[in-house]
Amino acid sequence: MITLVKRPEPSRAFSLAAPLLAVLATMVFGGLLFAALGKDPVLAIRTIFWEPLFGEFAFFYRPQLLIKGAPLVLIAIGLSLGFKAGIWNIGAEGQYIMGALFGAGAGLAFYPADSVLIFPLMVLAGALGGWIWAMIPAVLKVKFGTNEILVSLMLVYVAEQFLASMSLGLLKNPEGFGFPGSRNLQQYASAHNAELITGTGMHWGVVAAFVAVIFAYVLLARHRLGFAIRVTGEAPRAAKFSGVDPARLVLFCLGTSGLLAGLAGMFEVAGPSGQVTIDFNVGYGFTAIIVAFLGRLHPVGILLAGGLMALTYIGGDIAQSKLGLPAAAIQVFQGMLLFFLLAFDLFTNYRLRPGRAEVV
Amino acid sequence: MMDLSAINPLLFIAGFFVAATPLIFAAIGELVVERTGVLNLGVEGMMIMGAICGFATAVETGSPLLGFAAAALGGAALSLLFAFLTQVMLANQVASGLALTLFGLGFSALLGQSYVGIKPPRLGDIDFGPLADIPVVGPILLSHDIIVYLGIALVVAVWATLKFTRAGLVLRAVGENHDAAHALGFKVKRIRTLAIMFGGACAGVGGAYISLIRVPQWTEGMTAGVGWIALALVVFASWRPFRVLLGAYLFGGLVQLQLNLQGVGVAIPVEYLAMSPYVITIVVLVVLSRDSNRAPGSLGRIFHASH
Repeated sequence: MITLVKRPEPSRAFSLAAPLLAVLATMVFGGLLFAALGKDPVLAIRTIFWEPLFGEFAFFYRPQLLIKGAPLVLIAIGLSLGFKAGIWNIGAEGQYIMGALFGAGAGLAFYPADSVLIFPLMVLAGALGGWIWAMIPAVLKVKFGTNEILVSLMLVYVAEQFLASMSLGLLKNPEGFGFPGSRNLQQYASAHNAELITGTGMHWGVVAAFVAVIFAYVLLARHRLGFAIRVTGEAPRAAKFSGVDPARLVLFCLGTSGLLAGLAGMFEVAGPSGQVTIDFNVGYGFTAIIVAFLGRLHPVGILLAGGLMALTYIGGDIAQSKLGLPAAAIQVFQGMLLFFLLAFDLFTNYRLRPGRAEVV
Repeated sequence: MMDLSAINPLLFIAGFFVAATPLIFAAIGELVVERTGVLNLGVEGMMIMGAICGFATAVETGSPLLGFAAAALGGAALSLLFAFLTQVMLANQVASGLALTLFGLGFSALLGQSYVGIKPPRLGDIDFGPLADIPVVGPILLSHDIIVYLGIALVVAVWATLKFTRAGLVLRAVGENHDAAHALGFKVKRIRTLAIMFGGACAGVGGAYISLIRVPQWTEGMTAGVGWIALALVVFASWRPFRVLLGAYLFGGLVQLQLNLQGVGVAIPVEYLAMSPYVITIVVLVVLSRDSNRAPGSLGRIFHASH
């Protein structure tokens, strides 16, 4: 009989090792899954993790790493603040959509005017859109004690309907021959979130993601609010005694995560995507939840996890076209990662001890 | 052009039952899980797994009822993953539930690839003989398939079990205070695992009702948030079985109204009608959130017998 014994202190070593073990376990079980689908597991895993970085066409895929990673990191950083304090924003997908709609709307309102002020205005509008959408569950939680998990999630479906309505209505391209979708912002210089250095994938969203990582790091390590977040998550009663205002914390955490998700949506719609369309959102808001946990809710960890998850997206695309691996298999693969991470996390706080359970 | 007279009131009200049944199954299962003190946010994932398992089995065997059985198995199997994470590996329940939903959505899409665009075998309505010809009552109450009645029976059974039986008492004790229940010698983890599997099976059947009867078709992500609405419904019901039934019919009615309004071309854009169920859920949650102190005492807390 093996029993679990709580460690006096969480193990730092295991806290770092758990994500790596989770990735390894996912590779093994993911490989088994791919084998079950009739694909060569080693080739599939190699295609997903190796090809985008060092394969023949790596020069094409490497910039994609920044493009796919930036929204994931940006959103996950925001989510991690709340998750640390036990405030669960799981509606980042909706905030991402609203950020894109606000941002694109602000830009398209000035079409075809030419001004350097348009893009900054879009950035502000995008942040505002995401922030407003996240403030709905925040205010409801603070005022009425409504569950923020359910409200933020419901608002994803509402935002998706808004997106459909906008791309078929208000924001529809008047010169689009009746096709749904807005004008392409890539063809509107003042509103285009263009590559900063050609061929690198570096755009303003990537810059914003790096800034967010630094901001979160400083906030958590140095600022009083960061202390309030950490202490609320680890010891809610102690937080009360040390004078943390829970309402303010809810507003801050949800607001910030909404703002960052909104920014991610705005940078995406003005850059890589270019257009408001019905299928604009591809699930970054949900994948970012995995990224946040995989990164141990730590800013630097999230940066690494965002890169890894971006890799699985790109590698998944390659595996899809080269090996005929279904798109859903990659989704399963990403889900597995979270499972294994949550499972291995046990050993951060507990250790195994052989022998009989003590009877008291 | 709007023409409300195009809505047949009898069919309209009978439709409440069809719209409400997936919610009833998913919510009553989750209610039992939450009454044992476990918050499983994976309802959406278990529903979609049930939807595809049920659909595939019904198509392959030609029997919708076997499909529902497979759906229950599929939902329960997926819920075992959640039980393993939260009961054995002591993982955070919110995170594990989310993981279950993300995984379930992906896995179901993978399983369902070859089932897109197929029509499933139909499950016939129960034949009530001459009773079905009673005006009004017949078409509204006695014109459904067996799963609709099974859902209602399940709610009654859960209510009776929780209220009158020893098993129900133990279940509630575990949910209110797991340390005390453990001290009394009850196997907290075993009871919770069984409840989680029951919840998974119920969610699976609810999901299959969507893919086999309500739509009836398989498309990726077709549960479209019903699992989350079921979670909201448990809060709405203040963890009481009969209020789940009431809430599900109210909700089913609203969905039905919304679909009918889309059908007759009311002057509200389709997108705004389609978002209404979610908005209404939020409004209801706000109105009722004062009641949420009725939640089971140990809800969402990790149990580990350290001594």
